[in-house]
Amino acid sequence: MAGATASLAGATASLAGSARRGPPAISWRRRIVDNAWWGLCWVGLLAVVGVVVWILAGVASRAFSDWKWSVLWTQSTGTGGGLANTIAGTFVILVGVAILAGAVGIGAGVYLAETARPGPVTTFLRSASEVLSGVPSIVFGYVGYITLVIGLHWGYSLLAALIVLSLLVVPYVAKATELSLGQVPLAYREGGEALGMTKTYRLRRVVMPSAIPGIATGLIVALAISVGETAPLIYTASFTNAYPSIHLLHQPVSYLTYAAYTFFDEPSRAAQQLSADAALLLVALVLILIVLARVIVRLTQKYSPERGAGSGSFSERRAARRAQAGAD
Amino acid sequence: MAFPTEPADGEVTGADTPPRSSSGAATPHTAGVGAGVVLIRHDGVSPRRAQMRRLATRLLDGGTGLTAVIPFLGLAAMVVVLIVEAIPAIRFNGWGFLTSSTWSVGSLYGNAVKTGGVTHLAGAHYGAWPLIAGTLESSAIAIVVALPLAVGAAVIVVEKLPRAFGGVVGLCLELLAGVPSVVIGLFGIFTFGPWLAKHIYPTLSHMPNVPVLNVFRGNFNSNGEGLLTAGLVLAAMIIPIIAATTRDLLRQVPETTKEGAQALGMTHAEAFFNVQSRWVRTGVVGAAVLGLGRALGETIAVAIIAGGAGQSYLAGNIYGAMSTIAANIVSLLDSAQTDPTGLAVKSLAEAALVLLVITLLVNIAARVIVRRSSRGAALPVGAGF
Repeated sequence: MAGATASLAGATASLAGSARRGPPAISWRRRIVDNAWWGLCWVGLLAVVGVVVWILAGVASRAFSDWKWSVLWTQSTGTGGGLANTIAGTFVILVGVAILAGAVGIGAGVYLAETARPGPVTTFLRSASEVLSGVPSIVFGYVGYITLVIGLHWGYSLLAALIVLSLLVVPYVAKATELSLGQVPLAYREGGEALGMTKTYRLRRVVMPSAIPGIATGLIVALAISVGETAPLIYTASFTNAYPSIHLLHQPVSYLTYAAYTFFDEPSRAAQQLSADAALLLVALVLILIVLARVIVRLTQKYSPERGAGSGSFSERRAARRAQAGAD
Repeated sequence: MAFPTEPADGEVTGADTPPRSSSGAATPHTAGVGAGVVLIRHDGVSPRRAQMRRLATRLLDGGTGLTAVIPFLGLAAMVVVLIVEAIPAIRFNGWGFLTSSTWSVGSLYGNAVKTGGVTHLAGAHYGAWPLIAGTLESSAIAIVVALPLAVGAAVIVVEKLPRAFGGVVGLCLELLAGVPSVVIGLFGIFTFGPWLAKHIYPTLSHMPNVPVLNVFRGNFNSNGEGLLTAGLVLAAMIIPIIAATTRDLLRQVPETTKEGAQALGMTHAEAFFNVQSRWVRTGVVGAAVLGLGRALGETIAVAIIAGGAGQSYLAGNIYGAMSTIAANIVSLLDSAQTDPTGLAVKSLAEAALVLLVITLLVNIAARVIVRRSSRGAALPVGAGF
């Protein structure tokens, strides 16, 4: 603190002294600190971007070293084969999570943002949901295994996996729903009320539609998390070489992360290749979901009533800033 | 017009739950509004429809209320199940569970023995100290590496890059956050670890034998498996959380404060540490602690690259093989079922309970920090330190 004050005093002094001769001189020590600071910042940026590019390149090169399109429609055999059953299983799990976590998460978000009176109860429920999102995924997996698979005798099953995975992602959906409902302009609600709409009608026809993009984005984030989770599924869905069946109970389900996790250190070369292929498909799936979320945001932002400085192109933003500066 | 024009029972619509703005402030209902509604009431809705509407409202309240309780119920159920499961293990293991270093199911071929009312295999002994230490060590490495890199990246995005490039970096952050942990683990074991062992660790392990730097001296695995690699991979996984939060907070710092610092002749580094950091500090610390919670609970990536998953190794040096609580639960749950007394599974419940307590404390700390920073105004003026 003392150092900062001293440097401040020095800066002011040199500023006063060099009022006519351009910018004040900066001591070499301060210059070095400043350059070191910028250097660290650039290293940070390069690290972030570099790691992402490196991961993508590494995953792609490992998969493409011996890529066969037939993995997409061949079943796995345990030591090789393809990934068709794991892909199908992943999509079944995704649909299930979208329904279960979607219903519960959106409901919880609507309750916290719309139907409940704000007070200690909502604060408590919101906190519980936030704490739940911090619970390690393996704890979900362990508890799901003990209670659903063993305790209720469901065996390795789709329903156990869906319940565990949905509980894991519900906080994200609830949070997104609550936030996007909170961003619906007050004028919309007042307009609805002025027209004499009942609460349910107003929610259904006025408030919800304008919150849909935010809710959809939250749901997509939840799906991206579900695609990538392994720990909660290993001991609830287990694995099978068969396609997913219509039975909710007693039938294990296969999914991509399991193939990526268990096949990587198998002795069979074909199994190792399947692990690499599964990793590539996982990354592709997550990428598609992220792009989808971005497209939704981009498409709907255009019509958003609160289009602020946060959106638009760089030049638009610059123009807006200039206009604002002129107004000031 | 398709929508109904009249509330059900002469009351102002939704008077029981007034519409709220995002800040939760209620809109006052004036007598005038009520009077208007009463006027409209005369063109009549049949009592039946009115009843239907009341029912719909009640269904909405009840249904959404029910779903809102589910996260709490799930959390409570998990805590209760873990505690109940762990009780026999807690009684058998005692405090030694936290300090002992041996994890042994005991002799599967001998008869089960009863000690203090708990049935167990002869020679069974459960100690989680190496796992607890491994969890804390790898997460500590992750946070020490991730925090400066993430903050630096956020500063560049906000201060230097045009919006379009900032968007690209944002996409990178989302992707890094979204890449499944198993994929990052595979990247660590096949690409990153071997690269570190070949190009970085040979130099790093010959650091001069002085305090701090001598931590890096020692032997490493040619595959790169071990504590430091695990910590670095965990760092990559928590960088997005910290960087995205820092970026969003930095964008909210008013332009005028930065200009003021500049006008006083501060360099950028000085302006950042004397001015901007005060605005974002608590939020960044909160995000870092959240990231720490994530690193503590990470399972699959660590199980792949820690080099000792399923074992009880205390890392001999910073490159040593190790494991964490989460990685050991996922690696051992399968084989634990061979214990006919069930104590192995229950001891894993105790380990999970320890992990849950650690992560919950860390998460609650993060929420308290973030909440304190966002109390009142969007950002505390001068209250950041």
